[in-house]
Amino acid sequence: MITLDLTADVVVVGGGPAGTWAALTAAEAGADVILLDKGYCGTSGPTASGGTGVWYVQPDPAQREKAMASREALGGFLQDRRWMSRVLDQTYENMNRLEAEARYPFPVIDGVPHKRGVQGPEYMRRMRSWIKRAGVTVLDHSPVNELLVDGTGTVAGVRGHRRQHNSDYRVRAGAVVLATGGCAFLSKALGCDVATGDGALFAAEAGAEMSGMEFSTAYAIAPAFTSVTKTAYYGFATFFRGDGTPLEGAGSQGGRSVIAKELLRAGTVLCQIDQATAAQQQQMRLGQPNFFLPFDRLGIDPFAEKFPITLLLEGTVRGTGGIRIVADDCATTVPGLYAAGDAATRELVCGGFTGGGSHNSAWAMSSGTFAGRGAAAFAAGLGAAATRRKLTGVGATGIRPASSATGVGRAEAIDVIRREVHPYDKNYLRNGSRLRPALAELDAIWESLRGGAVADGGNLAGLRQAAAMVAHARWMYTSALARTESRGMARREEFPELDPNQYHRLAVGGLDSLWTRAEPVTGRELAIA
Amino acid sequence: MIELVSESRCVTCDVCVAVCPTNVFDRGPDGIPVIARQGDCQTCFMCEAHCPADALFVAPLTHPVPEDSPLRDEAHLAEAGLLGSYRREIGWGRGRKPGARLAVGPELGRARITPAALS
Repeated sequence: MITLDLTADVVVVGGGPAGTWAALTAAEAGADVILLDKGYCGTSGPTASGGTGVWYVQPDPAQREKAMASREALGGFLQDRRWMSRVLDQTYENMNRLEAEARYPFPVIDGVPHKRGVQGPEYMRRMRSWIKRAGVTVLDHSPVNELLVDGTGTVAGVRGHRRQHNSDYRVRAGAVVLATGGCAFLSKALGCDVATGDGALFAAEAGAEMSGMEFSTAYAIAPAFTSVTKTAYYGFATFFRGDGTPLEGAGSQGGRSVIAKELLRAGTVLCQIDQATAAQQQQMRLGQPNFFLPFDRLGIDPFAEKFPITLLLEGTVRGTGGIRIVADDCATTVPGLYAAGDAATRELVCGGFTGGGSHNSAWAMSSGTFAGRGAAAFAAGLGAAATRRKLTGVGATGIRPASSATGVGRAEAIDVIRREVHPYDKNYLRNGSRLRPALAELDAIWESLRGGAVADGGNLAGLRQAAAMVAHARWMYTSALARTESRGMARREEFPELDPNQYHRLAVGGLDSLWTRAEPVTGRELAIA
Repeated sequence: MIELVSESRCVTCDVCVAVCPTNVFDRGPDGIPVIARQGDCQTCFMCEAHCPADALFVAPLTHPVPEDSPLRDEAHLAEAGLLGSYRREIGWGRGRKPGARLAVGPELGRARITPAALS
């Protein structure tokens, strides 16, 4: 097989909002940039197929204060005020650039562009064009399989496979930005099946740490047997049992666990979006046309009829955990490696809770910008020596087996994920008595994968994705067990209260044997001042 | 999941082969894309949005529909106005106003909690 050999100052892995902003910023800083998407930059990832609010707040001190304070309690006070301010500043600038330079067609109300949200397909189509104009080389359908490091452990490139060309590739690079998204465990939530936590696995293999992985209990409401998650609109809904009687206490916010319990008990929950006025119904259609695809295509009037719903796992896509960030430029603990978007921890701006997409989209575009700038500066600092380094791959599972034992592949791993991670009574309604056996199953499949997993039909990327999901789940449950309280979205049935003695972030890491470490909360001095 | 590639409408541009984030299509011998890995389809509707000929249809379910389902019947889908309907709604295609320009959803207030008894 031919191996394509490339060089770049900065490699960006992932072509969603965080990756495209990182690529744009690095290119504008003078770096030679290659962006690699395992799907297609412009359509892959939850943003491209959805629509999202954006945390766009005018630079007015009172408005900023309100924006920051409004969600602190929800997030368990784990946010960093200094980071929130930087993200608000950067998001404001980026949204204005999106309008001026990418000609994004924002709605105009009373002559004023309304920049508090974006339509996914339009946004990401424009980001693709924009980065290409800026000189970024985009390789689609080119999953990365592993990171390459130099003799000092500094990340110095990537290796992967171009699946539509059946050729391998290697990129020698000055720095790498991981913008691979979170992990939704192949739950079929809208646009999330490409979000399999790949970057976190690559990062951990190079020695990086995770943080906030216990905040990963996000499940979204969707009509049963469909992919379209738009939980916010269910704020206008009433929920019912299968027999049509009201399901008391159920709600899209603050009542989703009631829905989960009823789905576990009876298998059916019905819903009707009966609280929206005619005007609101019309606005919903304009605001989120994709929300109506399942209804229109199945002949259901969601405002007038009851329909069955389900809850789809969104894991760390809406959860806040990810690769631990240790500097303002989104550096990780590994030199040469940067993380952005859902792949990076979002605790700095969201603490332990995200609900709406607006903070997430703001984090994606601003952390992408920080990481792109940081990676370009790091690459520039290396000078000509960057291209003379001897590179070694650090990919373990599926690439460098720990033993010659064989027999386990992608299908078995995905089976364990479906059994131990998707179910509401394990991942959502958490209790140590159910988390511990689930984690034991995940540990066992990890060990088998680590031993000598086989890539079926040469599908190494598929096997690596399965390994990334198993690794992700093990970090999630290990952190969940370590946090013996309820804070943010990390709730434990047997520890329903917030424990002031656990006011810290949790770093987690390791591949074969895992560890956790309490980290002090930074950036609170501004909140008190 | 993707259920239909209309041979009569397809202009063999292969845009769907390129844009599908999960690589569901292969290019067929005559240039018309083949649904080669339907099980990998994540029902994101992106292929349909990008198809310039309104030749694709994604059924809104995350599992395949039965063979005799109207959601696989090109004549029915055309008649019902469903072929190309997503593209029309997001305002993509020549002469259309981008849907993004109109995309102002309702104000989202505090979510409703279902009461015990409904009056």
